[in-house]
Amino acid sequence: MNEASLIGLFVATVSFAALLYLAALGELLSEKAGVLNLGVEGMMAIGAVTAFIAGVELGNPWAALAIAMMSGAALASVHGFFTVALGAEQVVSGLSLTILGLGLAAYLGKDYVGQPHGTELVPVEWAGLSDIPWVGPIFFSQSPIVYIAILMGVAVSVVLTNTRIGLALRASGESASSTDSAGHSVLGLRLSAVAAGGALAGASGAYLTLSLTPQWAEGLTAGRGWIAVALVIFGAWKPGRVGWGAILFGGTLALKTRLQTFGVDFSPIILSMLPYVLTLLILLVISVRSRKRPSPAPAGLGFPYRREER
Amino acid sequence: MTHSSSVVDGNQFAVHLSDVWKMFPGVVANAGVELCVRRGTIHALLGENGAGKSTLMNVLAGVYRPDRGQLKLHGQVHSFRNPADALSAGVGMVHQEFRLIPSFSVAENVVLGSAPSLIQPRQLEAEVAAMAKKFGLRVDPTQPLWQLSMGERQKVEILKVLWRDASVLILDEPTTVLTPSEVDELAEILRRMAQDGRSIIFISHKLHEVSGICSEATVLRQGKTVATSLDMAATDAAELARLMVGSSPVAPDRPEVATPGDPLLELTELRASGDRGIDAFSNITFQVNSGEIVGIAGVAGNGQRELADVIAGLRPSTQGSVTLNGADVTAARPQQRFRAGLAYIPEDRLGVGLAPRLSITDNAILRIYRQQRRGPFIVAEKALAYCKYLITRFGVRSGDPGGPIAALSGGNLQRLLVGRELDGQPSVVVAAQPTRGLDVQGVKAIQDLLLDQRKAGAAVLLISEDLDELLTLTDRLLVMEGGVIRGEFDPRTVSRHEVGMAMLADTNATTR
Repeated sequence: MNEASLIGLFVATVSFAALLYLAALGELLSEKAGVLNLGVEGMMAIGAVTAFIAGVELGNPWAALAIAMMSGAALASVHGFFTVALGAEQVVSGLSLTILGLGLAAYLGKDYVGQPHGTELVPVEWAGLSDIPWVGPIFFSQSPIVYIAILMGVAVSVVLTNTRIGLALRASGESASSTDSAGHSVLGLRLSAVAAGGALAGASGAYLTLSLTPQWAEGLTAGRGWIAVALVIFGAWKPGRVGWGAILFGGTLALKTRLQTFGVDFSPIILSMLPYVLTLLILLVISVRSRKRPSPAPAGLGFPYRREER
Repeated sequence: MTHSSSVVDGNQFAVHLSDVWKMFPGVVANAGVELCVRRGTIHALLGENGAGKSTLMNVLAGVYRPDRGQLKLHGQVHSFRNPADALSAGVGMVHQEFRLIPSFSVAENVVLGSAPSLIQPRQLEAEVAAMAKKFGLRVDPTQPLWQLSMGERQKVEILKVLWRDASVLILDEPTTVLTPSEVDELAEILRRMAQDGRSIIFISHKLHEVSGICSEATVLRQGKTVATSLDMAATDAAELARLMVGSSPVAPDRPEVATPGDPLLELTELRASGDRGIDAFSNITFQVNSGEIVGIAGVAGNGQRELADVIAGLRPSTQGSVTLNGADVTAARPQQRFRAGLAYIPEDRLGVGLAPRLSITDNAILRIYRQQRRGPFIVAEKALAYCKYLITRFGVRSGDPGGPIAALSGGNLQRLLVGRELDGQPSVVVAAQPTRGLDVQGVKAIQDLLLDQRKAGAAVLLISEDLDELLTLTDRLLVMEGGVIRGEFDPRTVSRHEVGMAMLADTNATTR
């Protein structure tokens, strides 16, 4: 194991962490408002393919990113329409969204498989900082999406705790009837949170095709959307903790492909189970503790709201 | 004899509702109701369950839109489309079920819906604390709500309304969840708010409370106003009761002295934990004999609910034993206890006693579905016949037995539940708050059923917060406080005062 491959591991850790963090932040927003969206994988796939196509056709990576976010939001809004407006079962709708998203992405991208990418988000070079050994390549030569992910983390945290809309959004996930009687529109809050969550999942997908693997292939998302869903639970629905979890889970993704090069005799398959094992452990801790105090999960998560129902 | 106030000048009233009509499918909830509330007063809105009080207040608070009628606030005509409209016009309502969020802090709960667009948590907490102090509401704005008692939660609800600077406050049955000392505290808070120029509408069906707190009263009966702006000082309780129920209610006759038989329910050194893992009660030892009603008095939250759960087998005990008909059932499951002769009327009717989304028939056969089957299948005709039998025998007023049970009113829900539990000739009946929230007829019906059980030789344990009910129905009265039995009284001779003192023993020392 040499210095370069170790730096490579950390660079990849940060990249994967940002990828997971964006998607997990989106899921966190949606769940904080009370809507479980298991369609993250599908929204990421749509984000990835639309970003790639837009990159090829338009040649502008920022336009591609914007289109990916809009596509993610649009797909999420399908989930929002069914679960929030119509009160459909969230798990069923979310799972359908994953299947729909993956299928739609494969269909849209079939002419683009194997094509060279049209455009790429150029890593940001921070004058001076990028040349610092270790720290420079790991933190200061990353794709702009990494910095966007960090900004988003701060933004989501501030919005949730320090704004009126964030308070209302959290309230709609805890008790929809209380939020309604306080004069906020539960429908509006939840639909916006779901759409915003979809946009972030779309951005996460775009990161795949605009920076990480500048190519399109079916199955590119490789289950990372599911890790993002687990990450929200792992981080106890707190943006900061989800961030640390993203680094941990990102590390396992980065390590998985490098185990052999490091000469470690450990199955990468077991490593890819690690995020889920950790999430189960956290669920265990939460359940045991919730005998004494309320669970950190939004109390109204998964329950549709209809005003007249008693 | 009319009870309208002589001076009708719309401008002097903070609230003036006239000719309000509100219809629901099959029910006329309000049929031309009048209500006038003077500024800076506490006004009682009285009536039995189903008299239309809550409907009227939901109209005033913008939850329901009236089918007809006029709504004036301080002389101005309003028409509310939703609760937000009502709030911005200065009408705030504290609902019977609190609309609070357990994981939020007190301050967050208070400002929800009217928070500034940017929130500085520390500063907000300070502002909420200042407002709480002004009206004498003792709550800590930084505390998470789940740690608060019911009385404290109510103060948060009141703060919410004050925070929106409401000039008209509606309190729906506010004393249901309060201890007697908390009721006094609430009265003091309400007086301060009235002095501050706010007008308060106090919904209740407890006459003795209202007379101490309110200066005027409006009485509704069957959706109509039977008296408006009554002067409370000049009206006695008997007159109010007559207005509420139409004719003077007959107090249940004291049952003749019973000659108790064998002990059918025996609790020995019983102890169990509450929801948060700490002891809910401990060292509970008593027995209930055949042919007697033993009452348990106490302020809510002193272990009575948990005790009922443990006897029914819904909560494990950590020490001691429960014996039914001489058989130890400490470890038995609820179904086994039921077969051993236990009937359980739980406090939470819709949550524990009934399945809200199932039909009336399905709920009727929940306990005895095994008798309604052929092979693995339930025979629909048998189930329906049994349901109809329960409906007739216990006087449940219901529509289609195939319809959802949640459509029934509170009193009819309870008749069906109590009927289902008592139909199989139980030897032991545990009834937790069986008459809470019911109207006078409903209360009477349920109390009569319990007395019938006593006559038939069952051992009845009645857990209630209604002291009058306990004093008139029971043969022996136990008082529970802080998870232990504080005393046993003879309800024929004891005074309300003595029981009240036992209920409040050490309250000050154990205040959280």
